[in-house]
Amino acid sequence: MTFTNQQMERYSRHIILKEIGVKGQQQLLRAKVLIIGAGGLGSPAALYLAAAGVGTIGIADADIVDLSNLQRQIIHSTADIGKPKVASAKEAMQAINPDINIITHHGFVAAANINETIAPYDFIIEGTDNFPAKFLINDACVLAAKPFSHGGILRFAGQLLTYVPGQGPCYRCIFTAPPPPDAVPSCSEAGVIGMMPGIIGSLQAMEAVKFITGQGQLLTGNMLTYDALATSFRKVRLHQQENCAVCGNEPSITTPFDYEAVSCDI
Amino acid sequence: MQVDTTDVLCPITFVRIKVALDEMETGQMLTARINSGEPLKNLPRSAEEEGHKVLGITQNADGTYNLQIEKCG
Ligand SMILES: [Zn+2]
Repeated sequence: MTFTNQQMERYSRHIILKEIGVKGQQQLLRAKVLIIGAGGLGSPAALYLAAAGVGTIGIADADIVDLSNLQRQIIHSTADIGKPKVASAKEAMQAINPDINIITHHGFVAAANINETIAPYDFIIEGTDNFPAKFLINDACVLAAKPFSHGGILRFAGQLLTYVPGQGPCYRCIFTAPPPPDAVPSCSEAGVIGMMPGIIGSLQAMEAVKFITGQGQLLTGNMLTYDALATSFRKVRLHQQENCAVCGNEPSITTPFDYEAVSCDI
Repeated sequence: MQVDTTDVLCPITFVRIKVALDEMETGQMLTARINSGEPLKNLPRSAEEEGHKVLGITQNADGTYNLQIEKCG
């Protein structure tokens, strides 16, 4: 693959990096990343990965753009209200970089479609807003041996974790199962500061780029947490659980399944 | 191999050289046409920082320079 003059200019700040260079940029152009959730986390991840020249980006979401999304979901504009989020996200990504291929998946991910949805992709960004989807994506990625980045946000706090098959714990090793509905924050508790998904979603995109180019150390084996009020990042070492229901020695989960959705998640 | 960098500015100058070198085999020679001033000062150094060998620099009649680089590594 040789670069056109336009590509050399567009990706010049990557190409001059020793860690990316010509080879890394070619790896990015050949890579396929799926972003599940075109919301707060998916917005910066999709925009940065499109700008970076990730050659194929899938974006999955069932929702339409709502006025209440725009405080944090920066891929969508006021004029997009009422459009499917995947359509609005595709337009914004294509406007930044017409060089890439964007595939939209308009609908909910569920046990019935998750395997075929993730199959074509090299890396998955989990940017969903509810526990059933987070566990479904974790289980499907573990069972299909797909690397993924989990991101979670609430109020002034955020967290992320990177799963690579055989290289550390999965999301279920740490959280076991979704919390009972009465432990999920109520509507009045479920606010989130607008910049939080910007920070966590950008970190997830960074993990995807590091995975694709093989540079640096991934977050595998750790959870990174960010407390905006305290202005502090913490990297907490975590271990794979031998008795994990999906990635443990004797897994009881051998195929993805759906949990019942609870209302008013963030 | 030849590459012309005189119609672009830093860092696109170096990007063109880097991409050209990437497409070559070790030991092959690249002639990069570069402008005087900042490119003449920086591009030989940048090529060496990437592990390549600068074999020589010659001035052209139009005031540009030819930078000869041997691809290493
Ligand atoms: Zn596990």
